[in-house]
Amino acid sequence: MKELNTNTKNKPSPIDEEKRDFLFITTAGLAIAGGGAFAWSMIDTMNPSKDVLALSTTEVDLSPLEEGQSLTVMWRGKPIFIRHRSESEISSADNVSVDDLPHKETDESRVKNPKWLVVVGVCSHLGCVPLGQKVGDSKGEYGGWFCPCHGSHYDTSGRIRKGPAPLNLEIPPYEFVSDDIIRIG
Amino acid sequence: MDNQENKKTGITGWIDKRLPVFTFINHNLRDYPTPKNLNYFWNFGSLAGITLVIMIVTGILLAMQYTANTDIAFDSVERIMRDVNNGWLLRYIHMNGASMFFIIVYIHIFRGLYYGSYKYPREILWMLGVVILLLMMATAFMGYVLPWGQMSFWGATVITNLFSAFPVIGDYIVTFLWGGFSVDNPTLSRFFVLHYLLPFAIVGVVALHLVALHQFGSNNPTGVDVKSSGDTIPFHPYYTVKDYFGLGVFLIVYAALVFFAPNFLGHPDNYIPANPLQTPAHIVPEWYFLPFYAILRAVPDKLTGVLLMFAAVLVLFLLPWLDKHKVRSATFRPFYKQFYWLFFINAIVLGWVGAMPAEGVYVLIARIASVYYFSFFLIIMPLLSRFEKVGELPSSISAAVLSKKFDKDINESYAK
Repeated sequence: MKELNTNTKNKPSPIDEEKRDFLFITTAGLAIAGGGAFAWSMIDTMNPSKDVLALSTTEVDLSPLEEGQSLTVMWRGKPIFIRHRSESEISSADNVSVDDLPHKETDESRVKNPKWLVVVGVCSHLGCVPLGQKVGDSKGEYGGWFCPCHGSHYDTSGRIRKGPAPLNLEIPPYEFVSDDIIRIG
Repeated sequence: MDNQENKKTGITGWIDKRLPVFTFINHNLRDYPTPKNLNYFWNFGSLAGITLVIMIVTGILLAMQYTANTDIAFDSVERIMRDVNNGWLLRYIHMNGASMFFIIVYIHIFRGLYYGSYKYPREILWMLGVVILLLMMATAFMGYVLPWGQMSFWGATVITNLFSAFPVIGDYIVTFLWGGFSVDNPTLSRFFVLHYLLPFAIVGVVALHLVALHQFGSNNPTGVDVKSSGDTIPFHPYYTVKDYFGLGVFLIVYAALVFFAPNFLGHPDNYIPANPLQTPAHIVPEWYFLPFYAILRAVPDKLTGVLLMFAAVLVLFLLPWLDKHKVRSATFRPFYKQFYWLFFINAIVLGWVGAMPAEGVYVLIARIASVYYFSFFLIIMPLLSRFEKVGELPSSISAAVLSKKFDKDINESYAK
């Protein structure tokens, strides 16, 4: 560095390696940071947009649903199964030994009010919609739901009992706004 | 260098022997001998390539959000602006990218025009460039239709109606282009498909453009051929660094437009949804079409106007045969240089008058400017080819460079 000052006009300066490294690293660092910020903001356009996120809650009035009946509603483009369970359905779900289940969850942990079961109606195997909501549908060997794609059987708590699916039917986030109305999402 | 490449070992050597990608990169982006006297006007080729990539990337992301249906196209664009994450940024980059692309390509063309880059042996290189320009114009026009605002709709109507000027078959062509009896849903959906397709055609022609370029290498400001390896320097690091620097400056300008004046080059009318029953009071194309639009309006006859407008672009194909002067660079052509700058100013005047209403003095100006536009190519260039006398050219690029005193001093000091 100090030699630089002694240079006359006609002598080319010796290469200052440190200065070059500094310039190279700061330039490259800034280019990478800028490029990364740009790339991320572009990739982020593919994430859910504001109008999609705005559709992420659904309110459902449960009062017309008689005991034993089921209702399917849409939430985030997926079916939500709501079943008004009878006493026998509740007890059959309750009387299973949790240790025997592939995915160990008690019925209690899966409901807010035992009369109402609310699950995402998407099979945890490969995403098909199980049967069991309509009158006349096969409800599988355990009286809950049956997925026709690859033969998974769910019980009256929406838990996987038999077949290739690894997990129970998912419980969406929801809360009781009043005794008869729930808000999903 | 060939031998050294083949001796490469390890994974790169193994791959390179079977698929010579590394040799290819080395030849075309590293060792590639480039004239050592290129000025900043030679940045615009790489800038155009980078802009094309930016346009394709942002375009693909926009296409994921856009819906090509007359009922919802306008709303889907507004959704991009309001609801999609950074959608406003995405759209403004793409929208202003079109303008930046044309600015760069027009400078690139004027560079070639000044330094005679279209002359032997680069005729096909030049003509491929004109093909790219035509594809760009078609792509830009169809892209402008997609938001389905008032300017989109009426721009599409006016431009497609140009074809109705042809006698007998004109009306059939227009009906065919529309896929109906007016600009409507079939028109919009085919424009969207073509707007997505043509950029990839541009990429293909750009590849050919580069093959043709690397056949003889870049022209240079003196227009004198490379005569020895002393006239060239390797592309990397000298021109990669120079291109990077130019890119930095370019991106500053581009970003300033996107962030501070995103609608500066657009028309407010295009934020009004398309209405087939109401034409906007003052309809003009995007700025990059204005010079050609001015030529169209300067002619009182419909068919002649349309033909002259197309001819204004197509005449560029003939350039290598219109200007047969042996000297390439305008630097050494005292007369051509003056006519060139007059042509440059004339082109800007055409652009300006194209944005003015077609009445009164503007029509007269447009006519004079149109006459000069064609005279430059069809009369002045052939005449100058025959009669323009030039002084002595530098014997080589190095000789031209060394004749400058400052450089001479530096070189002498290196010699010591």
